[in-house]
Amino acid sequence: MSKKRWWQGLGLLVIVGLGLFAYQTREVSHAGESITAVGSTALQPLVEAAGEEYTSDHLGTFINVQGGGTGTGLSQIQEGAVQIGNSDLFAGEQKSIRADELVDHRVAVVGITPIVNKKVGVNNLTTAQLIQVFTGKVTNWKQVGGANVPIVLINRAQGSGTRATFEQFGLAGHQSKTSQEQDSSGMVRQIVATTPGAISYVAFSYVNNTVHDVALNKVAPTEANVKTNDWKIWSYEHLYTKGQPTGLTKDFIRYVQSPAIQKTLVRQLGYLSPDQMKVERNVNGQIKQLGGAK
Amino acid sequence: MMKSTQQLEQQLKRHSKAAKLEIWGKVVSFSALILIVAVVVGIIGFVASKGLATFFTNHVSLWDFLSGKSWNPGVTDANGKPEVGALPMIMGSFLITVLSAIVATPFAIGTAVFMNEISPNKGAKILQPVTELLVGIPSVVYGFIGLSVVVPATRAIFGGSGFGILSGTCVLFVMILPTVTSMSVDALRAVPRYYREASLALGATQWQTIYKVVLRAATPGLMTAVVFGMARAFGEALAVQMVIGNAALMPGSLVDPSSTLTSVLTTGIGNTVMGSLQNNALWSLALVLLLMSLVFNLIVRLIGRKGRLQ
Repeated sequence: MSKKRWWQGLGLLVIVGLGLFAYQTREVSHAGESITAVGSTALQPLVEAAGEEYTSDHLGTFINVQGGGTGTGLSQIQEGAVQIGNSDLFAGEQKSIRADELVDHRVAVVGITPIVNKKVGVNNLTTAQLIQVFTGKVTNWKQVGGANVPIVLINRAQGSGTRATFEQFGLAGHQSKTSQEQDSSGMVRQIVATTPGAISYVAFSYVNNTVHDVALNKVAPTEANVKTNDWKIWSYEHLYTKGQPTGLTKDFIRYVQSPAIQKTLVRQLGYLSPDQMKVERNVNGQIKQLGGAK
Repeated sequence: MMKSTQQLEQQLKRHSKAAKLEIWGKVVSFSALILIVAVVVGIIGFVASKGLATFFTNHVSLWDFLSGKSWNPGVTDANGKPEVGALPMIMGSFLITVLSAIVATPFAIGTAVFMNEISPNKGAKILQPVTELLVGIPSVVYGFIGLSVVVPATRAIFGGSGFGILSGTCVLFVMILPTVTSMSVDALRAVPRYYREASLALGATQWQTIYKVVLRAATPGLMTAVVFGMARAFGEALAVQMVIGNAALMPGSLVDPSSTLTSVLTTGIGNTVMGSLQNNALWSLALVLLLMSLVFNLIVRLIGRKGRLQ
């Protein structure tokens, strides 16, 4: 009886030992490895699509992409809970983030445009008018040359990257009046499409024929104008890592920044590639002309 | 001889299979209990530690938080204090909860009376499955119907943008109706049969019996049902968020966009950074929500205790 037990124990030890040996000497490749990217919902479709393409090319890897918002992305990457933090903003723009610990990888540029309900009858606004509209100094569309409809402001949630970009570059740093807030661009578009007198702002890729985009100071919201910074309301989309990326994280970020993705997926999904930009903007909003258009 | 008594002793002292099973069962159920208690305590502790950080770490005064009318945690006001006035959301939550309970209660009690007193057969066949079906509809579906039917209807009738407490009430009333109804049915069912028989024997009509005897006797149970409905309305997030407009403003009228504690929480939480004031302020809102649901539970218990004394 006890002898049998002894043999059983020995067998178990051998099995555990073999398991440990196998674990120690496993093929150290990316096979079976997975990374998690969390954050901005504006960037999520791109990272998801790129992740799918990457994993189908590199079997055994897994790129897990989650939303949650820019704030979540930055705080999770700061804590080291995930491998990549997706953000619409420079990490330096968020007060409680220690930006020097994070490494910025720009993967796309997104233009943002004001959109209005189709019956508003306004195609162009000056920056001053736009500020008046969003700060509540103007409350009817006829005051800015439109139909006689009260203005209904629809904002994105406080802290949203789209809102921060719009207020910084569209409203010249002015705070929007407290008004309705929605937490997704799709919802914003639907509400603007159905609510008379509504105005809001979305990324270019969300504009469709249910809403009207608005030119600012006679500059149309087009990709060509974003490239030259004639259209000023745009932002980079960032993948942040804590420290320099390694392993799969590094390979994946390189893959997203590679021409293969930048020339296809990025443009198909309605973003611009940072390579297309003729200007560069830093964290303080200063613009630098890039020599030689690419 | 000696050996056999020892064996007998051993046999008697050993735990029987049934006794072992009993110990095992006790251990399993006790550990389940411990786990649940730990989870509840953990959640309350976590929300409290995060929510109280607004007051202790960020030094926001409790009074400013509860009575301030301007919600803009990212911005500081003229005195350099962050604008974290939660009154608009607290008002919005209470208004929408009370209004939807007021609208839902007559419908729920009427349905319950019909199902239990007037026509138990039809009630069981038709209304029971219908109310159960209403419980099963996910809140996002309610919200979507609210957004595409209730909001445009409100806009057409009352003007404005259509988003507001009125639309929220319309959606919530349907959502809490099944809860209140099924609990009202239970309350009416708990009224002893001999109450009705005695009343009818005294010559009361059915309506008099219902109105003067059954409903009176079931009052504590019915109130419990309403409070449970209010608790559900208070905590509902998604459907309300889709139709209320989420403007952190004091509700000026029922058709102005306003917000509730839950709607601000769900729109804001993803856009704030853990540990920042904006994030802590949202946790404080969550703490208010948690405390309120504790209060609702206490009310239910109080009603239950009072009802038992009668």
